[in-house]
Amino acid sequence: MRRAFCSALEELAANPAFVFLTGDLGFQALEPLREKMGERFINAGIAEQNMVSVAAGLAKEGLRPWVYSIAPFLYARALEQIRNDVCLHNMPVVLVGNGGGYGYGVMGGSHHAIEDYGALLSLQGMRVFLPAFDSDVKESIQYLSKAGHPAYLRLGLSEQPAWLSPPSFAPWRRLLKGTGPTIAVAGPLAGGILDVLRQTDLSADVWLVSELPVVDLPSEFMTSLQRSNYLMVIEEHVCAGGLGQMLAHQLLLAGAAPGRFVHRAALGYVSGRYGSQRFHREECGLDAASIVAELNVAVLA
Amino acid sequence: MNVSGPAFGATMLLTPELLLKAKLRLLKMHYESRVGHIGGNLSCLDVMMAVYHNVLQPEDKFVLSKGHSAGALYITLWSKGLLSDDDLKTFHKDGTRLSGHPPVRGIPEIPFATGSLGHGVSLAAGLALAKKLKGEEGRLYCLTSDGEWNEGSNWEALIFSCHHRLNVTIIIDLNGLQGFGKTGDIADLEPLADKFRAFCPDTVEVDGHDVEAITEALRHDGEGPTIVVAKTEKGHGVSFMEGLFEWHYLPLSHETYQEAVEQITNLCEEHSAAHSKS
Repeated sequence: MRRAFCSALEELAANPAFVFLTGDLGFQALEPLREKMGERFINAGIAEQNMVSVAAGLAKEGLRPWVYSIAPFLYARALEQIRNDVCLHNMPVVLVGNGGGYGYGVMGGSHHAIEDYGALLSLQGMRVFLPAFDSDVKESIQYLSKAGHPAYLRLGLSEQPAWLSPPSFAPWRRLLKGTGPTIAVAGPLAGGILDVLRQTDLSADVWLVSELPVVDLPSEFMTSLQRSNYLMVIEEHVCAGGLGQMLAHQLLLAGAAPGRFVHRAALGYVSGRYGSQRFHREECGLDAASIVAELNVAVLA
Repeated sequence: MNVSGPAFGATMLLTPELLLKAKLRLLKMHYESRVGHIGGNLSCLDVMMAVYHNVLQPEDKFVLSKGHSAGALYITLWSKGLLSDDDLKTFHKDGTRLSGHPPVRGIPEIPFATGSLGHGVSLAAGLALAKKLKGEEGRLYCLTSDGEWNEGSNWEALIFSCHHRLNVTIIIDLNGLQGFGKTGDIADLEPLADKFRAFCPDTVEVDGHDVEAITEALRHDGEGPTIVVAKTEKGHGVSFMEGLFEWHYLPLSHETYQEAVEQITNLCEEHSAAHSKS
């Protein structure tokens, strides 16, 4: 997604209000953007707290700053700056976190972003964008370039199956229509899971959630839930503050809780060992095989 | 002296009488609201009044990084006619615009709410960078405490401001005291001015209670960052507060208020007399 991200931003470069700040990251990805933007591309150094507050200052003066780093170096390191200087003032700063979930794999826990949107969505006015496919990146960036609120864009690696033509970016998209269990999934891992589910006879009804917080529950999604009486939520994020909690809350408020609710979420470091993104997903039961196994049990029950 | 408004007009230079009026109004506001932070407000009020009355131009902006001196900022804005007496009467009360630390909205002259230390210099740097990118004139003035330089983010902001040659003037209210003791006992930063000089050669030290000297140090017609280390006293002008960190917190009783008013008045009159002789 980094290349899709860079080329989408290059299209914004002509806007004199657009300013890009990076926390000394972007090697072999952001060089073309740097060339195009000149003095409005600022390598703010390894100083994320300052970078975020500087962005708030730029936004206060009417500019449109985008702030880029490895995800936790932004949302965890500079959380207070995001809270006070960006969110309390409702500044249109776009925070871009690369490596959503276990994206940095064997690099270790310092680089993983498994509590990013839970932490950020607890802040005033923050909205989170979770592109799942490369085409989502461009479409969400086009929206964010005009948005008037704090935002977080979580980047990962697209896992788009070759057969899929993703529908346009939207908070909710139905990726597979089925008569079986209802599934809500966030982020790029949707692609791999979708690919495997399509080859089963589970007839899963798969919904992709790409914008948080969840404010509306689509009527077709509610109809699906009423029919299946089963909801599985899948996300590469811890339970606390995640999509699962958010949906459960909304469904309870609506008096529409399904009979069965399963939440597949990031569990941290189950064995204490490190590995690829795939390794960590498998440890948490976020891989397609273990999800299909769970669904098979549910269907048989 | 009657310290009720109306205030004094936006363009008047800072006179000893105006400064005295502001100090007495600060004491009154803190006394009436039973609110602490008076010590740190008295240490920086001279600087803030000099900034607003003698230095700031329409294209300039001020960021208060030591948000716990909001009281001094409100009084300074009152002295410029930007807040009313009625506003000051609401200080710390339910429903007020004048929170204990600068508010997010409601006062256009306050660009950012502060209160957690270590944010203001970065915010000022961002505002100054925006001016630079937009090709606009103007300088950012940012007042920090001295204890605040314990915060790593301030040094990040200093490095950034110097590297980008931003038009930022950082003022340090060097009163030697912080939240739970003396700065020298907690995390000694001395020689602080030398440390700043290593980052920014345009660093000056000044008596933070000498308005003329402060004004002279702050007037800057060049480009790039400058640092003004203002040597001050917590609770300046009130003998039983000076140099005591507990006046970071304590409210004024009726007796201490009366005593403080008398001492501040006497001190200002002495300064005024010395001035007229010189």
